[in-house]
Amino acid sequence: MKRHLISAADLTRDDAVLILDTAEEMARVADRPIKKLPTLRGRTVVNLFFEDSTRTRISFEAAEKRLSADVINFTAKGSSVSKGESLKDTAQTLEAMGVDAVVIRHGASGAPYRLATSDWIDAAVINAGDGTHQHPTQALLDAFTMRRRLVGRDAGLGQDLAGKRITIVGDVLHSRVARSNVDLLHTLGAEVTLVAPPTLLPVGVDHWTCDVSYDLDSVLPKSDAVMMLRVQRERMNAAFFPTEREYSRRYGLDGERMARMPEHGIVMHPGPMVRGMEITAEVADSDRCTVIEQVANGVHTRMAVLYLLLGGNEPAVSHARPVDSETK
Amino acid sequence: MSKILIRGAKVLGGEVQDVLIDGETVAAVGTGLSAEGAQVIEADGQILLPGLVDLHTHLREPGREDSETVLTGTRAAARGGYTSVFAMANTFPVADTAGVVEQVWRLGREHGYCDVQPIGAVTVGLEGKQLAELGAMHDSAAGVTVFSDDGKCVDDAVIMRRALEYVKAFGGVVAQHAQEPRLTEGAQMNEGVVSAELGLGGWPAVAEESIIARDVLLAEHVGSRVHICHLSTAGSVEIVRWAKSRGIDVTAEVTPHHLLLTDELVRSYNPVYKVNPPLRTEADVLALREALADGTIDIVATDHAPHPHEDKDCEWAAAAMGMVGLETALSVVQHTMVDSGLMNWADVADRMSVKPARIGGAEDHGRPVSAGEPANLTLVDPAYRGPVNPAGFASRSRNTPYEGRELPGRVTHTFLRGRATVVDGKLA
Repeated sequence: MKRHLISAADLTRDDAVLILDTAEEMARVADRPIKKLPTLRGRTVVNLFFEDSTRTRISFEAAEKRLSADVINFTAKGSSVSKGESLKDTAQTLEAMGVDAVVIRHGASGAPYRLATSDWIDAAVINAGDGTHQHPTQALLDAFTMRRRLVGRDAGLGQDLAGKRITIVGDVLHSRVARSNVDLLHTLGAEVTLVAPPTLLPVGVDHWTCDVSYDLDSVLPKSDAVMMLRVQRERMNAAFFPTEREYSRRYGLDGERMARMPEHGIVMHPGPMVRGMEITAEVADSDRCTVIEQVANGVHTRMAVLYLLLGGNEPAVSHARPVDSETK
Repeated sequence: MSKILIRGAKVLGGEVQDVLIDGETVAAVGTGLSAEGAQVIEADGQILLPGLVDLHTHLREPGREDSETVLTGTRAAARGGYTSVFAMANTFPVADTAGVVEQVWRLGREHGYCDVQPIGAVTVGLEGKQLAELGAMHDSAAGVTVFSDDGKCVDDAVIMRRALEYVKAFGGVVAQHAQEPRLTEGAQMNEGVVSAELGLGGWPAVAEESIIARDVLLAEHVGSRVHICHLSTAGSVEIVRWAKSRGIDVTAEVTPHHLLLTDELVRSYNPVYKVNPPLRTEADVLALREALADGTIDIVATDHAPHPHEDKDCEWAAAAMGMVGLETALSVVQHTMVDSGLMNWADVADRMSVKPARIGGAEDHGRPVSAGEPANLTLVDPAYRGPVNPAGFASRSRNTPYEGRELPGRVTHTFLRGRATVVDGKLA
């Protein structure tokens, strides 16, 4: 494994499959009465969040705690950052306190990359979402969810997503989730189609490893999974689309549209959902919608990432027994 | 003042000749010259050029003396082979009054490393709303003839039209920073394949090209001349080429960095590559080189933009835009234009001295290397090869994109009105 996780594009197929397999092992831990492993005992992880994101932070925190790491939460609001301290100084201050890994969420694309490649700090860096660039653990948990649902929990071990047809719908332009998913799903052999109004696709998207369509209805019948991206209402004010209603009509997923998907097809959403905008309540609450599963899978996947980046040579989970097996 | 004999220099890269400087002027050019008591500089086949002229420099004084001052900036200019620089108006306070431009001009005179010709703001406070007192700046001791809101585009078509018309009264020129503001809100880098991947806000080529197209048509309509700052795209080249073919009085500059670097470098998220206009694509770079060689682009201008370390030692979005350029410009031009066979040294003299002096009205600069002319001269060793070392810069700032990169050529001597400002590559 690499030392940092900055972009889904940095992962090879074998890296990604290893993470997904490890995440399955972590999932088994979650089924135990005591959901805790000693793997990261004595290691300190800081969750450095410059953007509000309760879900992602809590998911990382749960993953870190289940691996017995010491966890420090740092949010920019009310901190020295709001008084003008730079990213560099903040990171160096935290490292001086003995941090082994930094989980960073930042509004500026590339901030985690800078942190990992500058000489500011030595700690491992995990990207928890940067600007409109990348959100690699989201892509991993999405791939994990797809593999479980479309290949099988046990049958999926060691497998990728070869031949699966994945459709990602919505505000691709502003979405780090879309970028990470396109990269990772391609690496895993899936066929990705992006569906969005042309205004919400970046110039240059034609160089991505995916297809692009403006017509959701034509793509749905051949989609094994449809991932709906959140569309912020404010986008309308910048003329990305005329009205909320027109957006929903053309690109929203309702029950009628969902019925055009293959029977095994699933509906995914990275959350938070804007019900009535990109997804109707009927779809969001249906059995085919994996939103809640994705949240649970997020913890397993992030445990796997933390374990593989920080666990070093310690035994894999499958060999680990609770608490007493720690080897140093 | 003493006499200086430069022995065995290739004047404009041509014949090997001797050049005798007497006081502030070139006394003689020929072979086998000798002069009693003259200090002799053995040029040994180095290239002798008229002192370089930079139509686009940010000296930061007044207001941002932490990044550059007139003193440090003109020292950097001398080291780069420049004898005249045009200082942009986006200082604090803005150079939009006679008082500010006179102050900057006088500081240049006092320090004596390089002539400083202030550029006046087109509009009050660079706000694009009301014309600054252009006539007063022209009539001041600084004698301003070039006006620019550089850093910001004069985007209001009526204000631009009026400015173009107004400066005709005293032979001025408006230098436009072509950037349609609405198309570049939140822009962080060139819009294209790389920005799509990196998730950085796009600065589309059309935002530059649409303004250039508008302004050349405005210049044609009102019969004025217009200068285009830091032209950066292949499309802009086509528009300027078309305008010139119609007889429109337009001139254009390109920066050294746009002749060499591309947006692929942004993949590093290293803000030393953050600049405005942004680094473009390989196709743009090649089009710019070709246009500079064929004269569509008239001049090279550095857009020397010093920033303190902390403004670059941060995440991309938080970083300032701009690169220092005075001390590397000639090397980059040698590398991209001369060593590549696109231009010869006479062309370099034309694009980096003669034409910029003419556009800006710097009468003592960009002159032929011949008897009776002001002794503003630059001696270059084109055989030199070495890595760029920012620690050795005379500029107060170090934000160069070339650190460690091996570039050819080195300015060994610079003469400003007969006085050596640089000797053997070091400030005199």
